[in-house]
Amino acid sequence: MTTAGSPAVTTNVGRPFLGGRRFSLDWVGAVPFFVYVVIFLMLPSGIVAIGAFFDANNAFTLENFVHLNRSYVLKATIDTTIVSLITAVLGAIFGALLAYAIVTGNPDGVLRRMAVSASGVLAQFGGVTLAFAFIASIGPAGFVYLFAKSHGFDYYKDSLWLFEIPGLDLVYLYFQIPLMVLVFLPALDGIKPQWREATESLGGNSWHYWRHVAGPLLFPAFLGGVLLLFANSFSAYATVNALINQSQPMLAQQIAGALSSEVGAFEPGFAKAIAIEMIVIVTGVTILYTVLQRRTARWL
Amino acid sequence: MKFGSPIRGLGLAVVALVVVAACGSSGGGATGACSSDKAKTANSASACGGLDALIAAAKAEGKLNVIALPRDWANYGALLDGFKAKYGIDITSDNPDGSSQDEVNAVKQLGSTSRAPDVLDVGMAVALANTDLFAPYKVQTWDDILTSQKEATGLWFQDYGGFMSIGYDSKTVPQINNFTDLEGSAFKGKVALNGNPKQANAALNGVMMANLAVGGTVDDISKGVDWFHKLKTIGNFSKTQATTATVKNGTTPVVFDWDYLSAAHGKDVPTWKVFVPNNAILGGYYAQAISKSAPHPAAARLWEEYLYSDEGQNLWLAGLARPVRMAAMQASGKIDQPAAAKLPAVNGTPVFLSDAQSTAAKNYVVAHWDAAIA
Repeated sequence: MTTAGSPAVTTNVGRPFLGGRRFSLDWVGAVPFFVYVVIFLMLPSGIVAIGAFFDANNAFTLENFVHLNRSYVLKATIDTTIVSLITAVLGAIFGALLAYAIVTGNPDGVLRRMAVSASGVLAQFGGVTLAFAFIASIGPAGFVYLFAKSHGFDYYKDSLWLFEIPGLDLVYLYFQIPLMVLVFLPALDGIKPQWREATESLGGNSWHYWRHVAGPLLFPAFLGGVLLLFANSFSAYATVNALINQSQPMLAQQIAGALSSEVGAFEPGFAKAIAIEMIVIVTGVTILYTVLQRRTARWL
Repeated sequence: MKFGSPIRGLGLAVVALVVVAACGSSGGGATGACSSDKAKTANSASACGGLDALIAAAKAEGKLNVIALPRDWANYGALLDGFKAKYGIDITSDNPDGSSQDEVNAVKQLGSTSRAPDVLDVGMAVALANTDLFAPYKVQTWDDILTSQKEATGLWFQDYGGFMSIGYDSKTVPQINNFTDLEGSAFKGKVALNGNPKQANAALNGVMMANLAVGGTVDDISKGVDWFHKLKTIGNFSKTQATTATVKNGTTPVVFDWDYLSAAHGKDVPTWKVFVPNNAILGGYYAQAISKSAPHPAAARLWEEYLYSDEGQNLWLAGLARPVRMAAMQASGKIDQPAAAKLPAVNGTPVFLSDAQSTAAKNYVVAHWDAAIA
C-alpha cells in the first residue's frame, strides 16, 4: 500500500482506526478495581504519608519520626513484630498440617466440608468477641480455670499471662490457624497423587517425595501463607485492645493512643508516623518474601 | 489482607477532620422586657427581668435543642420529661450517644441555625478548650457551686459527677479499708482500671487517686505511676480493661472508677461495694455551658435554672450522679435522702485538678505508663 520514502503516508495508514491494532477497551473492566484501590488504599496512604510530616499547627516537621524512638514505641515495634512472627509461623505450621489432614480425607466428605466452613467462620472470628470468649472460658474467672484450679492445677499461679504477650499469641492462633487452612488448601489440592506414585515407582520413599517433590512445590504457597498471617496479626487491633488494654503492646494500639485521647494526648502527626513505620515494616517483610520465593521457585 | 484497614480508617478520620470547618456567629443585643434577643446576652435571670420574665420569654420561643444526653445517663430522661412538663417547652434531643467533642462540633457546624444545640453538657477538657463558643450565665443557685467548680464569669459551671473510687466484689475479695490493702495477696491479678490512662479520663484519675493515697501531690503524679508499677510487680494488676462484662463475670473483681459508675455495677453484682479512700477524694465533674449562638437563648437559660434547682439536682442524684449542689442541699435538708444513701459515703475534703495539673499528669503518664506496667 505504501512505498518507502514517503513517511507522511506511512503514518497515515500505519494505524487504521478500524481493523488491525484497534484502540483497546479491555482496561475498562479493571476500572472499578483501580478506582477502589485509589480511593481506599492510595488516597488514605497518601494522606497518612503527608500528614506524618506536619505537626499540630500544620507546620512542616520531622519531629513525628524522631518520636518513633520513644521507648514505648520501640518496645511496641519489637513486641508487635515478635507476636506477628510467632503467630504467623506457628499458625502456618499448624494450619498446613490441619489442611493436609483434611486433604487426605474424602474430598467430598462431610468432615472436609465441615472443617472448611468452620475455618471460614473462625478465620474471621476476631475482635472483642474472641477476646471475651477467651476471658470467659480460660480467664481468671472463667469456668475452665475455676475447674482446673479446683483440681489442683492453677495455671495463673505465676502470672496472669492471658493478659500478657503469651495470652495474645494464644488468642491470635485461634484465627491464624483457620486462615492458613483456607489459603493452603488449594495448594494441597494441586498436588496430584500420581506424583507420589511416580516417586515410588522410581524407588523413592516418603522422605524423598516430601524433600524433592511435594516440599519444593508447596514451599512458595507456605511462605505466602506466612506473609499473609504476619500482616493479619501485625495490623490486628480490636482483639488485643480488648485483651491487653494497659501498656499497649501493639503498634495499632499506639496509633489509637496518639489519635484519640480524652485526656489531651492528641498527636495526629505522630500517629501517622507510626502508621508509616508499620507500612515500612510490612513492605520490608513483603520484599523479603519475594526474594525468598524467587529463590525457592527458581528451579521449579 | 487486613493490613489496609487501620490505614484506611486513619485516612477517613483525617478527611472527616478536614471537613469540619469552623463557623462563627455574633449575638445581637436588645433592650426591653426579657425576650429572645435580650436573653442572648443576659448573664443571669435578673439581668433579663427575673425568673418569671425568663420563663415567659422561653415559652415564647417554645423550643429547646439539647445534644448528647442519653436518657439512661445520669437520669436525663426524667430531667427532659420534667422540664417539658413544667414549662411546656418542646425539647429536640439530638445525637443522644454523642461525645463531648461531637457537641462542640455541632455548635461549630450548625452555627445559629434553628437546629443548633442551645446547651451543652461536656467533659472538663472540652469545656476548657472551647470557652469562646460559650455565653456566660450564672444560675440563681450560683453561690452553692464551689469556686473550683465553675468559671468565674459563668462560661461553664460543673453540673454532676463524682469521686474516684475503688469498686470491689465483696464476695471475691476481702473488705477494703485502706488503699494499701490492695497490695495484699488476696488481690492477685484482680485490680483493674477502667481504660488506659493515656487515653481515658477515668483511668488517668484512677492513677491520680493512687498517687494521692500513697502521699503524692496533685502537681506530681509520679508516685501513682510508681505504685502501679509496684502493683504490677506484685502481680496484682490486671492489664485487661474493666467493663460491665468483665465485672459481671468476675474477671475484674476490683476496679478503679468514678463512684457513680461503679455503684451501677451493683445491679449485676449484688455484693459489689464502693470505697472512696479518705485521703484521696478526687472529684471529677461534667460541666454545663450555654452556646453563644443558641437559637433559643431564653429556653437555654431556663433549662440551666431548672437543672440547678433543687428538683433538677435531686433528679440527677436519683440517677446515681452527684449533683454539684449536693453539699449545700445536704446542709439545707433539701436533698433526696434515700437517693443520697445509695452513693458511697465520703468523709474529707474533695480535691479537683486544675487544667495545668491534669495536663502535667497526662504528660507524665503518656511518657512513663507503658514502661511502668509492661
